[in-house]
Amino acid sequence: MKRVQFSHPYLPYLFLLPQMAVIFIFFYWPSAQAIQSSFYLEDPFGFGSTFVGINNYTDILSSSEYMRIAWFTVWFTVLVTFFSLSIGLLLAVKADAILKGASAYKTLLISVYAVAPPVAGLIGVMFFDQHIGPFVKFAALFGWDMRIGINYYDTAIAMITIAVWKQIPYNFIFFLSGLQGIPVSVREASAIDCRSGLRRFWTITLPLLSPTAFFLLIINMTYALFDTFGIVDTTVKDKAANNPITLVYKVYMDGFRGNDLGGSSAQSVILMIVVFVLTIFQFRFLERRVHYN
Amino acid sequence: MKKYIDHLILIIGVVFMMGPVVVAFMTSTHDAAEIHMQGLMTTWGGHFAETYDEVLFEKGGFTGQVTGLAMLKNSFILGIGFAVGKIVLSMLAAYGIVYFRFRMGVVFFWMIFTTLLLPLEVRILPSYMVMSKLHLIDTYSGLIVPLLASATGTFYFRQFFKSVPDELLEAARIDGAGPFKFFIDILVPLSRNMVAAIFVIMFVYGWNQYLWPMLMTTDESFFTLVRGIKQILLVWVGSQIPDYNQAFALAVLAMLPPILVVIIFQSWFIKGLTESDK
Repeated sequence: MKRVQFSHPYLPYLFLLPQMAVIFIFFYWPSAQAIQSSFYLEDPFGFGSTFVGINNYTDILSSSEYMRIAWFTVWFTVLVTFFSLSIGLLLAVKADAILKGASAYKTLLISVYAVAPPVAGLIGVMFFDQHIGPFVKFAALFGWDMRIGINYYDTAIAMITIAVWKQIPYNFIFFLSGLQGIPVSVREASAIDCRSGLRRFWTITLPLLSPTAFFLLIINMTYALFDTFGIVDTTVKDKAANNPITLVYKVYMDGFRGNDLGGSSAQSVILMIVVFVLTIFQFRFLERRVHYN
Repeated sequence: MKKYIDHLILIIGVVFMMGPVVVAFMTSTHDAAEIHMQGLMTTWGGHFAETYDEVLFEKGGFTGQVTGLAMLKNSFILGIGFAVGKIVLSMLAAYGIVYFRFRMGVVFFWMIFTTLLLPLEVRILPSYMVMSKLHLIDTYSGLIVPLLASATGTFYFRQFFKSVPDELLEAARIDGAGPFKFFIDILVPLSRNMVAAIFVIMFVYGWNQYLWPMLMTTDESFFTLVRGIKQILLVWVGSQIPDYNQAFALAVLAMLPPILVVIIFQSWFIKGLTESDK
């Protein structure tokens, strides 16, 4: 904190008022409502609600459908995080290594950051389209009949590809700025000591990048869990029946399509706990094992 | 030799990243029947003017009532309104937290911090119900203000204000400057670059909102371009020859402004991104 500060009876409150008002009305109030209604069973026709204790939670956690979606979400998150991190890292290392044209590559590689997830989803769906999609035609050469929106695994593959595509620029930017933060002296010293570029990467560069990588790991997990809503929505095209969906999409489906307020709220609370644990994990557990210079 | 492999990998990366964007644009310049017959295009089709004219100005198209131009306008309102709102709210709040000594400071800080833990996606249904109680459905404030309820900008400015040398405040106080004068005459001009950087990030973020506009706007005159994607896909299902060209044209319109902003203000964008998310 600052050594010198103002002190004033009401001014600081005045400065914080707009932000706090918005947070109270649009964050704390809805969150409290979510927790409250997760303990109630809402009448589907809007005639009041009954207190059911933890029934909504036990219903969800014992539902095999919910568990299937939860497992898909886990796999989806792991694969999206893995591929977007490793491709982002590979491109950043290469962009850092070359001298000529580095800024042109950089501009072209980061532009996709600005594409909205549902727009990415729309374009992706076209690439996997039954009639016009080049990926489907390509797969057909190998006798693979890809059917997005009908076959569970084909849809999952399309969703993961689109989600990875959208997230690569973000990881690329952070890895590149991490790489450029490595001091020249360290690079030179390691180049003298170790001739193998690959070994130098594993023993010097990667450990020095680990704070960035760790930060990105958490960001990518939250991305795959929440920000991919638009991609899921455009890929399954409102027909979630046999298609893979993520937990956030399920909250939306049950709340707005199924009108199951209690169940949807209970799912929200479960997700809140997941995010909370993830954040604690970030601060407490993983940070100690990361090498800082 | 190694140099060529590096370039090769980067070129493959560029094709993978930019290819779909270029193909989307090229395809949008062909007519629908041609696309239906031959698939996605990588060449210029010559129907650019017709398709974009139709999408931008003709009522009907996908939604029946709204034009592409109206959606474009709404997207700009959401993008700019969100960015400006975010900057104003978070600068004021960060100023209060960093430059004032008061009892509730730490409490407020943690209350703001907590909002980072719960993205809007997790609490959509209760948020929607709060909005309908407040009669904010189908209004611009309902579209923009709830999105402001997060801590990212406040953190960013808090970090920056902490790095401003203490001597500045000491000198200003000796010269008799009060809290308002110091803020407006010294801190705001000093933050110019920071403001620009965060504006770029927040504009893209606001422009790209999907789920929230989808819930908050049922009246088509409030639709943004990204929100309109949903409509495109709904029309899609069941039509004989879908209007691929128009769908791609709308997708291009929805992508282009944020992509241009990111490319033109690249250095601010990277600064804003790498410094705000930590």
